[in-house]
This record gives sequence, C-alpha cells and structure tokens, in this order.
Amino acid sequence: MTGPDQDLLVVGGLTVQLQTEQGPIRPVDSVSFTLEKGKTLAIVGESGSGKSMLCRAILGLVPARGNIRFDGRDTGKLTGREMNRIRGRDIGVVLQDPLSSLNPVMTISDQIIEPMRIHLGITRREGVERALYLLCSVGIPRPEERLGCYPHQLSGGMRQRVAIAIALACEPKLLIADEPTTALDVTVQAEILTLLARLQMERKMAIILVSHDLGVVAGCANNIAVMYAGRIVEQAPAAELFRRMRMPYTRALFDAIPRIEDPPQRRLPNIPDLPPNFAALPPGCRFAPRCPRAGERCRTEEPALVCDEDRNHRYACWFPV
Amino acid sequence: MRFIWSKITHLLLVVLAVTMLTFVMTDRLPADIAAEIAGHGASAAELAEVRERLGLNRPVLLRYATWIGGVCRGEFGKSLITEQPVSTALRSHLPVTLELLALSQLFALLLALPAGIISAWRSGSPLDRVTGTFAFGCASLPNYALAMGLVFLFALKLKLLPATGYTPLNAGIGANLKGFLLPALSIALVEWVTLMRVLRSDLIATLKEDFILLARCKGLPTWRILLVHALRPSCITFITVLGMQTASLIGGAVIIETVFALPGIGRLLVTAIFAQDFPVIQGGVLLITVSYVCINFLVDLCYAALDPRVRTGVTDG
Repeated sequence: MTGPDQDLLVVGGLTVQLQTEQGPIRPVDSVSFTLEKGKTLAIVGESGSGKSMLCRAILGLVPARGNIRFDGRDTGKLTGREMNRIRGRDIGVVLQDPLSSLNPVMTISDQIIEPMRIHLGITRREGVERALYLLCSVGIPRPEERLGCYPHQLSGGMRQRVAIAIALACEPKLLIADEPTTALDVTVQAEILTLLARLQMERKMAIILVSHDLGVVAGCANNIAVMYAGRIVEQAPAAELFRRMRMPYTRALFDAIPRIEDPPQRRLPNIPDLPPNFAALPPGCRFAPRCPRAGERCRTEEPALVCDEDRNHRYACWFPV
Repeated sequence: MRFIWSKITHLLLVVLAVTMLTFVMTDRLPADIAAEIAGHGASAAELAEVRERLGLNRPVLLRYATWIGGVCRGEFGKSLITEQPVSTALRSHLPVTLELLALSQLFALLLALPAGIISAWRSGSPLDRVTGTFAFGCASLPNYALAMGLVFLFALKLKLLPATGYTPLNAGIGANLKGFLLPALSIALVEWVTLMRVLRSDLIATLKEDFILLARCKGLPTWRILLVHALRPSCITFITVLGMQTASLIGGAVIIETVFALPGIGRLLVTAIFAQDFPVIQGGVLLITVSYVCINFLVDLCYAALDPRVRTGVTDG
C-alpha cells in the first residue's frame, strides 16, 4: 500500500544554509524522501554528514528551504504556534545522550507531564497517571518510585527509557530518534532498539532512526537513506540495500562493521581521511577524494540521484558497485 | 545535622579571627581616644587618668579577652564617646541599613533578571548590545557620582523626591520610602550590572545544552523554555554574586549613607573608627561578620534548592 494517503512525511529539496566564518555552508543539501505512516526510515552516515541538522530542519528548528509536508500539511506555511504544536504533539524526539538531554534540575514526572499539559491540556493528576503508564510501557520497573527522581539518580539505559517516554507522551505520529543508542552500553543498545520496535508496533507510529552504524539500523528499518556531506547518496528499502549496495560509500560503511565470524585481530577496513569540510567541498562527487573506485568523471561532475526503476533503489554514483 | 555543626564552627572561627584583627588594628590607629574624651588641652595627668579609667593601659590582647568575655555574656559595652550601649546604637542603625539593602537589591534584581534573560536569549542582537553598553556605562560610574546625578534630576529639577535625609518608618511609610528611593537606586544602578552579566553568560551556556534543544523539540513556548528550563540551572553564579553584594552592603554602603544622610551601620562604624571608639567598632564588625557568614549559609542552601545534584553531594559528603 503506497500513495499520498499513506505518506506521513514528504520532504522535497530540503536545504539548510548556514553562515559561518568560512562563508555559507549547506549541511543539508537538496534532500528528498518520503516516509509512510507506521514505517521506519533510517538515516545513516558518518558524524558531520548532516543527519542531525536534517532532523532539526524537519522540526523547523533551523531555517531551511524546500518543501516539508507533514500529515498532509505544508509546514512552511504554519505559524510559530502551530509549528510548536506539531513539534510537541505529533513529532516526538529522542536525542543521543539522555544525561544531557534531560533537564538536570527537573524531576522525571515534571518532564514527562510537561508536554501533555501544554499540548493536550490535561490536569496534573491525569498527567501523573499517564506518566506512570508511559514509564511502564517503556519498561521501567516500579515507576511510581521513579516519578520524583532526578535524571542523575537513574542509570544510562533507564534515562534513555525516560527520554523515550517523554517523546511518546503526546502519542506522536512520528518519532525522530537521533542516535538513540550511541551513548549506551551494547547490551542496553539492543534493549532500546527492541523497545522502539515494540512501541512502533503498538502505536503504529513512524520512526526516523538516525545512526552512524548500518549494523544498528539493519534489523529495524524499512527504508535506509545514506547521507554523505549533506546529501542523500543512496536510498533503498532495507532488504534491497543489503542485497546490493550500489554506492561505494555505503559499501565502505558496511565493511566497517565488525563481524562475529571475523578472525581475531583482523584489521577492520576503514574509510581513509575525514568527511569533507562543508566550506570547501570538492567539485564533482563529494565522496570522490576518499573513494577507491573514483575516476576522472567523479572529480569534475557531480552524479545525480538516479533510480533503479523496478526496485525503488536510488543512488548517486558514476561507477556503481 | 553535621552540615549545620560545621557551619556553626566555621562561624565561630571567622568571628574570632575578624574581631581580634579589628581590635588590634584599631589599637594601632594614630588617633587617641583619651585625648578626645579628656577634652582639648588636657594635662598629661588628666590623660593618664582617663586611660586608667578606660583600661587603655592594659595589653591589647587582655582587653580583647575582656571584650569577648562580655560578648559571651551578651554585653557589648558602651560607646566611649556617647556612653550609649553599643547594642542600642546598632539596633537603631540596623533598620536603616536593612531597608536600604533590601530596596537596592530589589531594584538590582528587577533590572538584572529581565535584562540578563533577554540579552542571553537574543545574544549578539542590537538589543543585547544596547543593554550591554548601558550596563557598562552604569558600572563605570562610581555610585556617589550616580547619586549626585539622581539627586540633581529627581530632587532639584523634578522636585519629586527629597535630596537627603531619613524619615523613620513610624512617620509614614510613604515618606519613609521616598527617602530611600534615590539611595537605593544609586546602589542598584551599579550592582545590577554584575548580576546581569553573570546571569547572561551562564544562560548563554545553558541555552546551548541538549536539554534546551529537547525542550524546543517538545514544542514549548519560548518563555517557558527560558524561565522554567534554562533559568534555574543558570542561577548558581548569580546567587553567589547576589549573596556577596548583599553581605557587603551591610557595612559597605558608607558613601551612599553619607551622601544621603542616612543613619546606617556603615556611617556609625566610620564615625566610630575616626573616634577610635572601639566598643562600637567591635560591635559593628561583629554584626557584619555574623551577617556575612549567615548570608553565605543561605547561599549554600540556595545551591541545594536550585540543583538537586548538590543535595545528594551534601548527604554523601
């Protein structure tokens, strides 16, 4: 089932331009994608590839050009107050580090109840009840004991569960999770991912899962978009992408995942150099200076995002794998 | 409980050290209290007699011990000049100082809080720059110069407020407040600058935190992000400075008290120092020291109230 009715979020030509001392930069450059209701889109890329900035642009927290249609409404035409309502009620956000993203001087219950009181207009007592229910559903044992706690009194995994509870408070249609597992222990990472998958099933909400780790998103994403230097360089349904990676950058990210069957002491292949500086992008393909397959054309001409017709697989590369 | 005891020990140590130091220093002053009391042109025999009577011949540490012994029994002695009990003198001067202090800190807060919040929120904007320039202008003026300006404007030109003088509270609250407006404003217009600047810089740092980003993601209105989420964690330095300023005003508003002829603790103390009237000096210093330590204690309590992480720190340590 696809079609306009099923589309929750349609992003077209989204560009964020910022002024810096080195001149204007575009951490998000002509990004387009569609997210269906109840589905998961993973956005993958190295640090500094523009993933978080893309999320902020979708939320309307940074000035951006391009079209964003959320749930049938053009967010560019909304007033600040209407946008606030969408941000808090229809889109929930989970950030990377739960210790720094929770307010250190507010109790857990105040932080969970706050968006419900603002956006749903419920009373404090109702809020406490719903907070208890939310804490239960994100898997926090004895939630009534946690309500009066401050963030520093909880463990890292527990804090991220609280952050998820806050994001879910107003029953959002979309959850944006920006590296939700990066700051956590590996065992806790798996728990949080399982939790997100379960909550998505129960609530039929869409998720944008941002990660630098293809391995993390492999199990839970319907679609994967790979970002490099502010652009989407490859995008496909997850199964299709893992079946055949066309863009050398995606391949390189995939090869950098350690595998359990690897012999001990094996050196993981890494991608040479750093992602390019946004203020001094190479002409041609942005990945060309680090790409093993790059040819003359890659250094002069930028490849457009082209589509493999039958499989809905888009990639931007002159010499696809 | 241990926290309280350590504070009390601290208070006693500070009081002992400070009062002993002032006692010795007063003794070393070139002024001669005996000559003052015996009158101009007194003979050497008369002077010796006065010294004998006041016990000025005894060693300074012995006299200090006598004084501190009296304090322990609740006796602060009498002024050597006016023969008025020190406790009475302090009690009549303290309300003036406290009212001046409360009003000036209130004005300073009323200026510093909104200005600090707005200029942090819009840091780098023209509004922030105008506020900053005005603030530095205020801070670079000595408060007595400001006082003169205010007197000129409000008392001489507009004739709205009295230029100097003190009206006791029982003569009517309106008249009483009118007398305090200009002196309080002269102090506040200098003090608010430091408060505003520390609040601004701490707030700017807080506004870069992830939890503020999350608050914005929650779709909260701006006023709520600033006042509920950002202000409280940014108040630590602000409260510290506020406490220090308040404490220093108890004995330190001398110039303003003099300019506006307000009978406060500062003036009482300076007059006593010029006269080498050591019971009054000692009483005043004792009062100031105790207030300092108490205000510091209050500031510590504020830290704990503001930041729950400090609270756990207190119980752990």
